[in-house]
Amino acid sequence: MITSSAEPRESATEPKRYHLRLYVAGQTTKSLMAIHNLKSFCETHLNGEYEIELIDLVENPRLAAGDQILAIPTLVRRLPEPLKRIIGDLSNTEKVLVGLDLQPRAKLP
Amino acid sequence: MPLETAQTASLPKTPTGIAGFDEITLGGLPTGRPTLICGAAGCGKTLFAATFLVNGATLYGEPGVFISFEERAQDLAANFASLGYDFEALVAAGTIAVDHVHVERSEIEESGDYDLEGLFVRIGYAVDSIGAKRVVLDTIESLFSGFNDAAILRAELRRLFGWLKDRGLTAVITGERGEGQLTRQGLEEYISDCVILLDNRVIDQIATRRLRVVKYRGSAHGTNEYPFLIDAEGISVLPVTSSGLNRPVSNEIISTGIAGLDAMLRNGGFFRGSSLLLSGVAGTGKTTVSASFVNAACARGERCMFFVFEESAEEVCRNALSIGLELQQWVDAGLLRFEAARPSLFGLEMHLARMHRDVDRFKPSVVVVDPISAFRGPETDVHATLLRMVDLLKSRGITALFTSLRSASAELEGTEQALSSLMDSWIKLVDVEANGERNRVLYIIKSRGSSHSNQVREYRMTDHGIELIHAYIGPEGVLTGTARLAQEAREEAATVRRQQEINQRARELARRRAGLERQIADLQAAIEAESDEAQSLSREEQARTATLAEGRAAIAARRGFAE
Repeated sequence: MITSSAEPRESATEPKRYHLRLYVAGQTTKSLMAIHNLKSFCETHLNGEYEIELIDLVENPRLAAGDQILAIPTLVRRLPEPLKRIIGDLSNTEKVLVGLDLQPRAKLP
Repeated sequence: MPLETAQTASLPKTPTGIAGFDEITLGGLPTGRPTLICGAAGCGKTLFAATFLVNGATLYGEPGVFISFEERAQDLAANFASLGYDFEALVAAGTIAVDHVHVERSEIEESGDYDLEGLFVRIGYAVDSIGAKRVVLDTIESLFSGFNDAAILRAELRRLFGWLKDRGLTAVITGERGEGQLTRQGLEEYISDCVILLDNRVIDQIATRRLRVVKYRGSAHGTNEYPFLIDAEGISVLPVTSSGLNRPVSNEIISTGIAGLDAMLRNGGFFRGSSLLLSGVAGTGKTTVSASFVNAACARGERCMFFVFEESAEEVCRNALSIGLELQQWVDAGLLRFEAARPSLFGLEMHLARMHRDVDRFKPSVVVVDPISAFRGPETDVHATLLRMVDLLKSRGITALFTSLRSASAELEGTEQALSSLMDSWIKLVDVEANGERNRVLYIIKSRGSSHSNQVREYRMTDHGIELIHAYIGPEGVLTGTARLAQEAREEAATVRRQQEINQRARELARRRAGLERQIADLQAAIEAESDEAQSLSREEQARTATLAEGRAAIAARRGFAE
């Protein structure tokens, strides 16, 4: 389900419920960590209803401005609206759940 | 890093093109190094940074990248259009790239470790896309409002500065001023090679913008606070420090435009490039004398600048017309420029700064400041300002005429006292009150390098300029005005009377002489008459003698020689 694309593209086939885009910069530890964490998170919580786009800014630097990327890694939830951003290596699953609106913020300590 | 090797002799510098700033930093900002511009809101940080970028693109052929954290690209373009910068055209020409970095905390959830590589990528991309040499980051604080983890940010900021340096980019980073320190985070000033502090201070309800170079690694720089201006012509810093006393001098003499006044000076005028003080109480015609001076200079084809602080340019022109000086023609010809401003409009520094800029742009050879007494403030400040004003003009070889209003009572006011030593020449206009009228007299207190008349001279404002009149100096002192006229009339009457007496005496003498001559003629006639008589007597006697002789002869003949 993870596509590595040069251009951000809308899904050609029927859209999945979650359209996620992960921005990384090169094969750094943080990037690899984020990819790994995202995969396992999606498998656990999103139940196949997702699509992941992986963008490496080292290869495509001009794509950084489009989604206002500053921090690396950044996970952008394109769908469903509204747009959400989660930065970091996604090691804190609780915060990813909050960030993706899967769990209300109030439950956080 | 090619810069490390290039740094042997002196630090390479990148000119900002901001008037005055490159002078105080001896060349501009450190090339290939980050510079921090800090200050409170509204200090002109963004403008400074943008000017640096635009000048780089337009004047020095160095493309630049503007990374804006606060304003969107179109807002930036609009802001700079108001200052005469066509941002959009430069962007279109590929000499400037703008990237608006939007940081919205509410949209961001942090989960785990991250860095700001994305920002680096974006800067790097923008830089590479146009081959930029200059980068502006405006304002770096915005990052701290967007992310929670200050520790990461501080580390990343440090890395960013290092990265900019590694790439050899001359960077300008703006930062909000923090409490008690230069920046909010207290970090940027330590990792920048050059720190410039902008300030907008309000004292007595008058705001003055100031700039100070706080630090500049590896370079000397001016350490003072320098006033700077932001107006329709952009930003200009004014390095108005007390310059040295090594200035060129001129031996050329220029006329004051008042013939009588020129005549009071042995050289027939004042030295070019000297400074003149014209002090007087209200209504002694300080502005009028100044107008004459300016008129003469313009008539010689010189450029003049007239700083007026109490009247408008139109008023000065109109009032000068009353003594027959048409100043408007010089304004129209581009030889004369008026700069009128209320003294309260700016602080002293700002006035000086403004004059500095105007003088450097217009390049006049004569400057009039009317009056310097309009500057109010602490005496030391006023004096320092005036000192620098004199220095500023003298160092450029500009002949300066300062007028100063004296209060009628005071002997010498503080500023006047302090200023007099700065001035090469000092003309004092005084009004003399006597016999129910007021008359104006002037005298020259000093005139360096030229002997001058010690006389007090009365002057009048006529339809054709200012005229000096010889004051009547009699046993009772100097007489002016009507008293002088009365005295002159008295003298004239006395002269007439004397003349009449002389004529009378002459006539009498003539009469007596005629009498005597008549007597002489009579006596002569008598002598002649007597002489005639004597002659006739003599003739009669001869005749008688002859007759007697004849008679005797006859008798003898008759008696016949009987005896």
